[in-house]
Amino acid sequence: MSESMQPTLSIRKLVVEIPTRHGILRPVDQVSYDIQPGEILGVVGESGAGKSMAGNAVIGLLSPPAHIAGGEVWLNGNRIDNLSRSQMRRKRGREVGMVFQDPLTSLNPLLPIGDQLSETIIEHLNVGKSEARRRAIAALEEVGIPAAAERVDSYPHEFSGGMRQRVVIALALCAEPTLVIADEPTTALDVSVQAQIIALLRRLCRERGTAVMLVTHDMGVIAEAADRVAVMYAGRLAEIGPVREVLTAPRHPYTAGLMASTPLASQGKRRLNQIPGSMPRLGALPEGCAFHPRCPRAAARCAAGDSPHIDSCDGRAACWFPIDASAKESA
Amino acid sequence: MTALVRISGLSRVFDVSKPLLNRLIERLPKAMLTAVSDVSLEIEERTVYALVGESGSGKSTIGKMVVGLLPPSEGAVEIDGIDLASETDAQKIDAARSEIQMIFQDPFASLNPRWRVRDIINEPVTARGGKANGLAERLLDQVGLNAADAAKYPHEFSGGQRQRICIARALASQPRMIVCDEPTSALDVSVQAQVLNLMSDLQEEFGLTYLFISHDLTVVQHMADRIGVLYLGRLVEEAAADALFETPRHPYTQMLFAAAPKMDGFGREVEPPKGEIPDPISPPSGCAFHPRCPIAVDRCSRERPEMRQVHGTRVACHLAE
Repeated sequence: MSESMQPTLSIRKLVVEIPTRHGILRPVDQVSYDIQPGEILGVVGESGAGKSMAGNAVIGLLSPPAHIAGGEVWLNGNRIDNLSRSQMRRKRGREVGMVFQDPLTSLNPLLPIGDQLSETIIEHLNVGKSEARRRAIAALEEVGIPAAAERVDSYPHEFSGGMRQRVVIALALCAEPTLVIADEPTTALDVSVQAQIIALLRRLCRERGTAVMLVTHDMGVIAEAADRVAVMYAGRLAEIGPVREVLTAPRHPYTAGLMASTPLASQGKRRLNQIPGSMPRLGALPEGCAFHPRCPRAAARCAAGDSPHIDSCDGRAACWFPIDASAKESA
Repeated sequence: MTALVRISGLSRVFDVSKPLLNRLIERLPKAMLTAVSDVSLEIEERTVYALVGESGSGKSTIGKMVVGLLPPSEGAVEIDGIDLASETDAQKIDAARSEIQMIFQDPFASLNPRWRVRDIINEPVTARGGKANGLAERLLDQVGLNAADAAKYPHEFSGGQRQRICIARALASQPRMIVCDEPTSALDVSVQAQVLNLMSDLQEEFGLTYLFISHDLTVVQHMADRIGVLYLGRLVEEAAADALFETPRHPYTQMLFAAAPKMDGFGREVEPPKGEIPDPISPPSGCAFHPRCPIAVDRCSRERPEMRQVHGTRVACHLAE
């Protein structure tokens, strides 16, 4: 990606805080990344790593008391983290589309899908009713729903899970947004349907130049769909880079451990590699690097002072002692 | 090798009709859902047999029939020669039941929140009138938790730790076999690795047999000795794990493998599979897979293929070779 191109989404040192009785929690802590037009950025991490929270912060869907406590979010060159609720509402849908894990809860069960699509199109694109209906049918055709003209008046419960997720994608894309945030879009789906949805997302992204933030915990999905990947751990960005490099030659020990513990990477071995322990709770983060109690490379520096940040390290991994791929091969 | 579990001609039909009054008013026929249809297989002692398939393929229903949570509609499940559904000797049934335990997918829903961990783990023994005598503490130690955890309640543990408690409970009655229904699907990758390793260790230590139910092909490939692939309640292919992954012979198995995301599939452009699993209330005629099958011929829509041997693999397809 060239530096001169304006990124669709740019997050700078984003901090999300949740005040609680026992102190302030930071589910997102100093996270920065860009997504270019037509690019799919995969965001991975285990549950509680803050990957969904970062996506929700971008579209202004944080549920109080969670709030953005620092940093900036830029969408197409405009700052959006300080917008009011009503201003944000207009952006959402028009400029940012959303696809959530469970397609049933993202659709209104009492309205035919055509009406739901038309409503969004009329709201954001300033067209008449009949034109909106025509566009709704076109949107359903584009996401591969057979006999779209007949099914446009069907209700969500008349569709299967995979078809429903297609409807949700059509809904996210019908106002022609420049950014789509897909939060675990295939987790509730079967393997064969998952492959269809991923192929669909990639095609739309390529044809329309839409930027996609793909939040998932499935490394296989990331490998196939994403151009770049951001790995999150305990609310912080652990590693970011081109997907092939991060997955085949990870530099952060956490990414390396995560990759090694997938059954695929340990093929033929009787035991899987495992990372000892589990991710710390946000209320009880260790001093220094949040990963150091589980890290095989941890040294005294990791356990004290500030946590390493990507910008102060090598720009790819937030680690004082990143794994050097060339050194690893000789070892 | 002897078969510990012998499943023959197993079927399960669920009545999913609307209530009688609605049926009479709307003049609807009864709706029957065939979740499992004529499945036969054998599980050898001290091996891991995996059932894979997409949702609605009947893998969990088979698991429930093996442990006796559901009675079969047709066919039989024999455990060590005893058929739980037809056996009349209560002592034999009780003995066979204590030899089989189950681990469920959701470790949050399968532990009683009001019981202490000690009571949860001891239950399979004390329910039969046995004495626990520090059993829970010993088992907690064995599954990688602390003996002092026995006095705690389930809500004090993370997902992975709870699944360890479920495993400890399953081990309490010293079973020969454990049916694991998606045991790691609710867990994160790094925790999944810990739990799978624990399960392998325990299998070696106690000589356990697992019936491992999962939709995750990578997990199955790691764990299983033998794999059965299910589609719409029917066993379509069965082979040793290595042979199956090397040369899948049924078109559905081939499709499933091609669709699964690959770790090294960077920017892979594959033609995604067409269609979805059909409605099990009115399954397609003949071979259930024929409407989606790339090589289907006329015969496939008329005649249901029998299981047959092809190069050491059992496969239910007219055309497989």
